[in-house]
Amino acid sequence: MTLAEILAALFPGGHDVRVADGLVTGRAPFGGTEATVIGIDGDTPLGIEGALTLSRSVLDAVRAGTKGPILVLVDSDSQRMSRRDELLGLNECLAHLAKALLLADRSGHPTVGLLYGHSAAGAFIATALATRVLAALPGANPSVMDLPSVARVTKLPLETLQEMAKSTPVFAPGLDNMVATGAVHAVLDPARPLDGQIRDLIADLTTEDVRDRLGAARGGRPVAQAVAAQVAAEARRG
Amino acid sequence: MAAQMAASTDPQALSWYEATARQRVVALADPGTFTEFLPPTERRMSPHLPLFDLPRAFDDGIVVGRARLDGRPVLVAAQEGRFMGGAFGEVHGAKLIGLLRAALDVRPAAVLILFDTGGVRLQEANAGETAIAEAMRAIAEVRSAGVPVIGLIGGRAGCYGGGGLIAGTCSRLAVSEGGRISVSGPEVIETNRGAEEFDSRDRALVWRTMGGKHRRLIGGADAFAADTVAAFRAAALDLIGRAPAFDLATLEAEQARLEARIARFGDCRDATEIWARLGVNDPDAVPAMTTAAFDETVARVEEAHHDAR
Amino acid sequence: MESLTFRHTTAKPLAGTVPSTITGVVASGNLEVLLERVLPPDTCEVAIETPIAGYGPVWEAVVADFVARAQPGGIRISINDGGARPDTVSLRLLQGARLMEA
Repeated sequence: MTLAEILAALFPGGHDVRVADGLVTGRAPFGGTEATVIGIDGDTPLGIEGALTLSRSVLDAVRAGTKGPILVLVDSDSQRMSRRDELLGLNECLAHLAKALLLADRSGHPTVGLLYGHSAAGAFIATALATRVLAALPGANPSVMDLPSVARVTKLPLETLQEMAKSTPVFAPGLDNMVATGAVHAVLDPARPLDGQIRDLIADLTTEDVRDRLGAARGGRPVAQAVAAQVAAEARRG
Repeated sequence: MAAQMAASTDPQALSWYEATARQRVVALADPGTFTEFLPPTERRMSPHLPLFDLPRAFDDGIVVGRARLDGRPVLVAAQEGRFMGGAFGEVHGAKLIGLLRAALDVRPAAVLILFDTGGVRLQEANAGETAIAEAMRAIAEVRSAGVPVIGLIGGRAGCYGGGGLIAGTCSRLAVSEGGRISVSGPEVIETNRGAEEFDSRDRALVWRTMGGKHRRLIGGADAFAADTVAAFRAAALDLIGRAPAFDLATLEAEQARLEARIARFGDCRDATEIWARLGVNDPDAVPAMTTAAFDETVARVEEAHHDAR
Repeated sequence: MESLTFRHTTAKPLAGTVPSTITGVVASGNLEVLLERVLPPDTCEVAIETPIAGYGPVWEAVVADFVARAQPGGIRISINDGGARPDTVSLRLLQGARLMEA
C-alpha cells in the first residue's frame, strides 16, 4: 500500500496530513477524537532537521492535551549518515524524538506505529520502535543490516548466512524476523479496514513493555525475557 | 566476586579508558560495596554466537549489579568494550533492561550506565535493536519515577549506534576526552558516503566531530571528566544531584535547544567553527587543552549548561 | 569452536577462601578465566572453549605447567579464549590463582 492509500484507509472521513521532504505530519479525525500523524515516507533517511520536525508535532499534541492517538507511519531509510548530522548531535535529535513519543505515551496518548515499507537502525529506533504498539503491513521490510553487509562484517559466505537466516530469526532482516523478536506486535490485514484494526490495537494497549514476552513466545528472542526477569529479581531481593 | 582484582587499583590512577568494565565498576563504587547480578558463575552466555563460530563471554559483555556511591545505593551497568565491541546482543541487552525495570521498585539514588559500545551486535541484530528500544522506554519510566539515569562515557569502543540513542535518553552524561558519542561511526559514514565525506583514518577529525570535548562544548554532555575512575566518580556524584525531570517542560526546552543549535551552527563544516561561534578564543587549541584549562573554557560557554535533556 | 577439558590431581588445595573470581576479557589475543572453588581439594579441572582448533597439545602443556606450579586443588577453571598466545594464557591462569588465594 502507498502512503496515500494508507491515509485514505485510516481516515475515511478525510485528513490533513502532508508530506514534505519525505516527512509526514498532520492531523485527522479518528474514532471520535483527533489523531496526530507523523512519519517518514519514500525510504527517506532521518537526519537532525527531520527528527526535530517530527518531535515538534508530537510535543504540540502533548501540550494540546487532547490525549488523541499518535500514529507513526514509517517507510524510511536508516539514520542520515553524514559528518554534519553527527557534528550537530544526531544522537540527541533521534533520542529527543523517541523521548517525545515516550512522553506522549506516558501522558495518555496511545502511540501506534505502522510500518509499511523499509526502516533501519537509528531511524527505526527513533520512530516505530518508540511507540507503544507497532503494527506492520505485509511487505514491510525492516532490517538492522542487509545480509550482504552482514556477510562482509562477519566474513561468512552469503549462502551460509541465507541458510542460517531460515532457522535463526535473531539476526536476519525482514518483517517475519522482527515479528518473531517481538519488536513488531501485529501484522495487519490490508483486505480489512485499517482504521478498525488500529482501533482494536489501541483498545488492547498494555501498560508494560511486552516485547520480550512476545519474543519468547514467538521464539525470536529465546532468552531475553528470562534474563531480564532474573536480573530484576536479584536486584529487588536487595 | 572479582572485587579483589580491582580493590588494589587506585581510582585516582586507574585509567577509565584502559580499565575493564569490571575494574571500572569496582573502583567507581565505595570500596567493597559492589554486588553483581547474574555473575559469570551463572554462565548466562549468548545462545547465538556459537552459530557464528565465535567465542562467548560468561557475562555477555556487560556487568550489572548494585553498589553504594558516597553511601547512597545505586544500580550500575557497565559494558565491556573489548568483547564484541561492547555491542548489544540478546543477553547483554536483557541484563540492562532487567536492571532498569528493577529500578522502578528499588528506587536507588541513581542508575549508572557505563557505556562502552559500538551499537548493535550484528550476529544478534534484531534482538540488539529491540533491546535498545526497550532500554529507552525503561529509562523514560525510571526518570519519570524521579530516579536519575546517569551515563558515563569514556571507553575504548565509545558510544555508537543505538548506544548513542540510549545515551541521549539519559538524565545526564559525563564524558572524557576519549569518549565518543555518535550514531553512525566514522567507518560507517566513510563506507556509505566516501572518504571525502568522512575520512575515518583522520583521528583528529573523529575526535573533533564526536569526541568528549566537542560534545561537552555544545551541550551534548553535562560534565567533562579526566580519564580516571576518580574523575568519573566525582562527575557522577555531581550529576546525580542535578538531574532534570522527564516531563513536557524538559522536552520543550530540549526541542528549543536543539533547534537553536541547528539554526546557529547548521552551516559549520568543522567543529572548530562551532567552537569559535560559541566564544572559544582559540578553537585550534581545544584538542590539546588540559582538563583544567578546558573546564575554564566550558564555564564561559552558555550552551554547555542546561537542564534540557 | 573447539572444547577441551583437562583434569589433574594436585598435591594440595589452593590456598585462600575466595569462592570465585574472573580475570581477563574475551578479545582478540586475550581470554577470560573463571575460577570456582567447587571441586574436591585434590582435584583441578580446566575446561576451554577456543575458536582456534588444533592446539590441544599446546593447551595441555600450558595447563600442566600451571597445575604443577600453582597446585590449584579444588578449583574448576573455565576459559573462554579469544585466540590468546600460550604466554598470555599462563599469565592469566597464575593471575586467577593469585586472586583466589587473597
